[in-house]
Amino acid sequence: MTDRLAAERSARTGTPAASGDREATSTILQAVAVSKIFGGLVAVDGVDFEIPRRSIVSIIGPNGAGKTTFFNMLTGLYKPSAGRIGFDGRDITARRPDVITSLGMARTFQNIRLFATMTALENVMVGQHARMKAGLFASVLRLPRVRQEEREVREKARETLEYVGLRPSLLDQMAANLSYGDQRRVEIARALASDPKLLLLDEPTAGMNPQESARLTQFMETLRRERGLTILLIEHDMKVVMGVSDRVTVLDHGEKIAEGDPDEVRADKRVVEAYLGRQEGR
Amino acid sequence: MSSAAATWRGLGDRIRELPRPVVWAIGAAVLVLLILLPFAYQPASGFIDDCVTALAYVVMALGLNIVVGFAGLLDLGYVAFYAIGAYVIGWYGSGFFAAIAGGKGLHVWAESAGALPGIHFNFLIVLVVAAVYAALAGMIIGLPTLRLRGDYIAIVTLAFGEITRVFAINGADIHPFGKDYPLTLGRQGITPIDPIDLPFVKQFDPLNLRPWYWFALAMVLVVLFVNFRLRDSRLGRAWIALREDEVAAASMGVPLVKTKLKAYATGAAFGGMSGAFLASYLNTVNADQFEFSFSIFVLAMIILGGLGSIWGVVLGAVALSFINSRLIPDVLNGVPHKVGLNFDLTELSFGIFGFLLVIMMVLRPEGLLPERRRQIELTEGVGGDETLYEARA
Ligand SMILES: Nc1ncnc2c1ncn2[C@@H]1O[C@H](COP(=O)(O)OP(=O)(O)OP(=O)(O)O)[C@@H](O)[C@H]1O
Ligand SMILES: [Mg+2]
Repeated sequence: MTDRLAAERSARTGTPAASGDREATSTILQAVAVSKIFGGLVAVDGVDFEIPRRSIVSIIGPNGAGKTTFFNMLTGLYKPSAGRIGFDGRDITARRPDVITSLGMARTFQNIRLFATMTALENVMVGQHARMKAGLFASVLRLPRVRQEEREVREKARETLEYVGLRPSLLDQMAANLSYGDQRRVEIARALASDPKLLLLDEPTAGMNPQESARLTQFMETLRRERGLTILLIEHDMKVVMGVSDRVTVLDHGEKIAEGDPDEVRADKRVVEAYLGRQEGR
Repeated sequence: MSSAAATWRGLGDRIRELPRPVVWAIGAAVLVLLILLPFAYQPASGFIDDCVTALAYVVMALGLNIVVGFAGLLDLGYVAFYAIGAYVIGWYGSGFFAAIAGGKGLHVWAESAGALPGIHFNFLIVLVVAAVYAALAGMIIGLPTLRLRGDYIAIVTLAFGEITRVFAINGADIHPFGKDYPLTLGRQGITPIDPIDLPFVKQFDPLNLRPWYWFALAMVLVVLFVNFRLRDSRLGRAWIALREDEVAAASMGVPLVKTKLKAYATGAAFGGMSGAFLASYLNTVNADQFEFSFSIFVLAMIILGGLGSIWGVVLGAVALSFINSRLIPDVLNGVPHKVGLNFDLTELSFGIFGFLLVIMMVLRPEGLLPERRRQIELTEGVGGDETLYEARA
């Protein structure tokens, strides 16, 4: 069933949507037959994938299934070995990560990657880099428009950190000195500060207790409602996945083995096998 | 921890905690003292001579600090920019190209050169040209390192410094613009070089070091200003971000290539300006001035002072240049003879700098006046490195 769907989809979307009717298309991102090969290892194997605008979509799968690798291709950190990726009406296959960010995609990392010796506020200010204009000479002269921009960027960083729930007293703390949960908050704020249309979260609830996970789940709903964001989530916590996702895609050994709404996926035999181990199920 | 080190740290923190007006007042007082300093000495005093050199080194150290301290790109070939700046004034501020304009000379805004043959540009023009040439060279050296990390960047930049030196040595036989226009004069050196000649003031006199001192001090102030402005700007944050985590920086929208090239170009421009000044001050441009060890000398200044810390770098540059010009030749040089050894300690000065660096690494790895960011980094060991980004230009 899922195989037929995938085949249909790839036939329909031979190439990612052309620009022009950007807002009109209902998919914000589509990947066509994307693969990544490391040496002999096929980490992602011909995956077709798409994300409807303003939806929350999850990718799940056992450890080493290729989820993070897939993220890295979407955000430009890895070049796909094969396949095309379209985002918001443009072909972004193998574009530079900073270009992809300026087009409106932002992400967090599985193992938090903040700028450790910068403050929480500065981290979030860096997140706005692509939306800023100040150049070298203008910054040295601190022209009025640079001064104005700095003020706005600082203010927006403050607001964004407040929005994700960081205590105001922590704004000027070095990121490295923050607690794990606060570091996660700052990382999400940093991504939000770039004004993304699509937010990619790689295991955001890792290391969180159930209350914190529940709060983050709500926060994702809030983001979609208040900011019109589309969210792509990699997540191991099934409670979060089933609670928040409109659609779920399951990867195993780099292949997409199932796709659908949470209930369909939960009932899928191959998914159960992948999670319980093939040995018993044979 | 040594108590001296503890005192230094205490001082840095205490100054930071003072109210702004007090800091400004102290700064203004120090500046006035620095401006008046030459009057306490003879116009040609050896001490002022050392001060002028130290100030020129401060400019270089602040330039290198942008590349290594802010952007985290280890550059072992910084001497190349000293050389380029020095040769710019060698070309455009001396009788070196005597054949130009049929021997009548080419003069731009340089009255005191009279009718001398050769190209004579006003020193301010020379400074700008030196900065531009060095910045271009900085980007050229930067390009091949863009795909590299850490140690490999160091090797490429080291090679670039050596290539520059080889060109300087053999430049007398290189004639890119015809046989009357060699690139350099090799080890023989281009001399004399035009002394600085500014509008509205008399041309600088090699025997009165005061104007040289004030000019060098002014250069330091300008470069300090640029450093602070850049550090607290969009670009400065991007530099520090990519020093901390290139992958995250790129993912947050920082274009790696552009941002790195800007660091190389800015850092190199300061090296070029200081090089032009030093050449005019020393009155010669000689290939032997551009040894690899000079790159290490400047690097040692910023490590000693505190990578990334602007005031630390100033302190490190002043300290090392005085150790080089005073402590080793005047104070310590007698020591080997007193203990019955027969060698010249000045020959070992780089050994002494190396020794100093080792001591620093043990007692105070973050430098004399550490950048606030580095203090925690070195004591708590944050930040992991994981190759993720498939580097491409
Ligand atoms: N840069 C790389 N070089 C070589 N192999 C890699 C690289 N990155 C990932 N891999 C391999 O690709 C496979 C997929 O890894 P990936 O990190 O995408 O899995 P994942 O689904 O995110 O797993 P987890 O749930 O543990 O985060 C693994 O076998 C991994 O070892
Ligand atoms: Mg992963």
